[in-house]
Amino acid sequence: MKIDCTINGSPTVLDVSPMRRLIDLLREEMKLTGTKEGCGEGECGACTVLIDGEAVNSCLVIASQIQGRQVVTIEGLTPRSGLTPLQESFVRKGGLQCGICTPGMIVAARALLDKNLEPDALEIRTAIAGNLCRCTGYHRIVDSILEAAELERSRLSLVDTAPPDL
Amino acid sequence: MMRLPKFRYLGAKSLKEALQALGSVGPEGRAVAGGTDLLPNMKRRQQQPKLLVGLRQVPELQSLSGESGGSLGLGACLTLSEIAGNAALQDDYAALSLAARAVATPALRNMGTLGGNLCLDTRCNYYCQDQEWREALGYCMKKDGSICWVAPSSPRCWAVSSCDTAPAAIALGARVRLASASGRREIDLSDLYLDDGIRYLSLEPGELVEGILLPPAQGWVSTYRKIRRRGSIDFPILSVAAALKLDGGVVEKARIVFGAVGSRPKQAKEAAAFLGGERLTAESIEEAARLAAKAARPLDNTDGGLSWRKRIAQATVVRALEEILRG
Repeated sequence: MKIDCTINGSPTVLDVSPMRRLIDLLREEMKLTGTKEGCGEGECGACTVLIDGEAVNSCLVIASQIQGRQVVTIEGLTPRSGLTPLQESFVRKGGLQCGICTPGMIVAARALLDKNLEPDALEIRTAIAGNLCRCTGYHRIVDSILEAAELERSRLSLVDTAPPDL
Repeated sequence: MMRLPKFRYLGAKSLKEALQALGSVGPEGRAVAGGTDLLPNMKRRQQQPKLLVGLRQVPELQSLSGESGGSLGLGACLTLSEIAGNAALQDDYAALSLAARAVATPALRNMGTLGGNLCLDTRCNYYCQDQEWREALGYCMKKDGSICWVAPSSPRCWAVSSCDTAPAAIALGARVRLASASGRREIDLSDLYLDDGIRYLSLEPGELVEGILLPPAQGWVSTYRKIRRRGSIDFPILSVAAALKLDGGVVEKARIVFGAVGSRPKQAKEAAAFLGGERLTAESIEEAARLAAKAARPLDNTDGGLSWRKRIAQATVVRALEEILRG
């Protein structure tokens, strides 16, 4: 069946079996292999992507369910060159070790920061409560997201207070 | 890596289309909304429907209707995030709001729906395993086998009702609206559940949960407490929903409902009757909890030790009622 959707900002038409899962489409058809499959049962969060701005587990989405919807993966949150402040914070603060959980972690953090740019540590822990990490012990991930929020806030306020163009 | 079995998918655009499809396909069909319960179950070959009827595009199931001070209708396909984030529910129907917030993980709550949680498959240590595990044991009576490994001499299945929203909504006095191709009916939500791990819902073939109806909340105070190993992801191994109608510190009416202690949500009716007319004090709370705990008779088929789960039942009721007392 034909599916019209938007993936990372690009309108996309896919011709796939309705049985395929979103993660299969992303990894196998679109070659967007940043999204990882961990448990395949919605417990680990490694496959987290955004659909219409909400974090979901792409291993439990049937292809037909993305008809007409906006999907954003870790690739869509990454600039063509370099990294976003959120990604840089993960590097600087040691928010990743083996890296398997990181794409899902970043997507879940993005979903949080898009709604709340002033999260406290508990709000961050709640937002990533569906993303398992076996390496870091989470403290450094929380620190990374706290720092990223601060960076993004300071950039916003720079924009707010910048003098008008002459 | 477990793969999904083969199935066809129909994304229904209206309730009528969904009901007709489910009515004509018979037992080979299943409704799916978020898919967060059904798809992992299909991977484990616990359920193998040939046709999935998708409900997420059905506008009738997304409705949230009601006026302030009146009753409130919630469509079955509202997501658990939508339920948890609704300000009116947080204020007036705290138990349901807290229960929705306690389900699984943020991403799963963005996908999973109220109707899906109300109809959540019953769970058991011997059933919620992949196919190879269950085959090695010789399967159980809930799927492909003939014995209950929890109680081998038992003629029935003891799989556990593990949804969070049902005990909360029952404590709040919810009714449930059921729809099928041949019509609609409305029953008490507690009557949706049967005390059997296999046939745990009283839904007729082809019938769907369309939504629930919460009665006016005036005077009622409620809460929900969930016990589990981790603060996220896990299903409850014991939960308590309590709703009290208070008049100046005196209980006019009470409902206390346990989750995860049997194949259906269990109402602690003796405790609720005792509380009627009582002033809510440390002593009356203690006595109500003692009476309530008699209704919680879990078996050893979830996470957590059995004797501990039995003991914690009373303590959890105390904590829930104390929370209401503190206001």
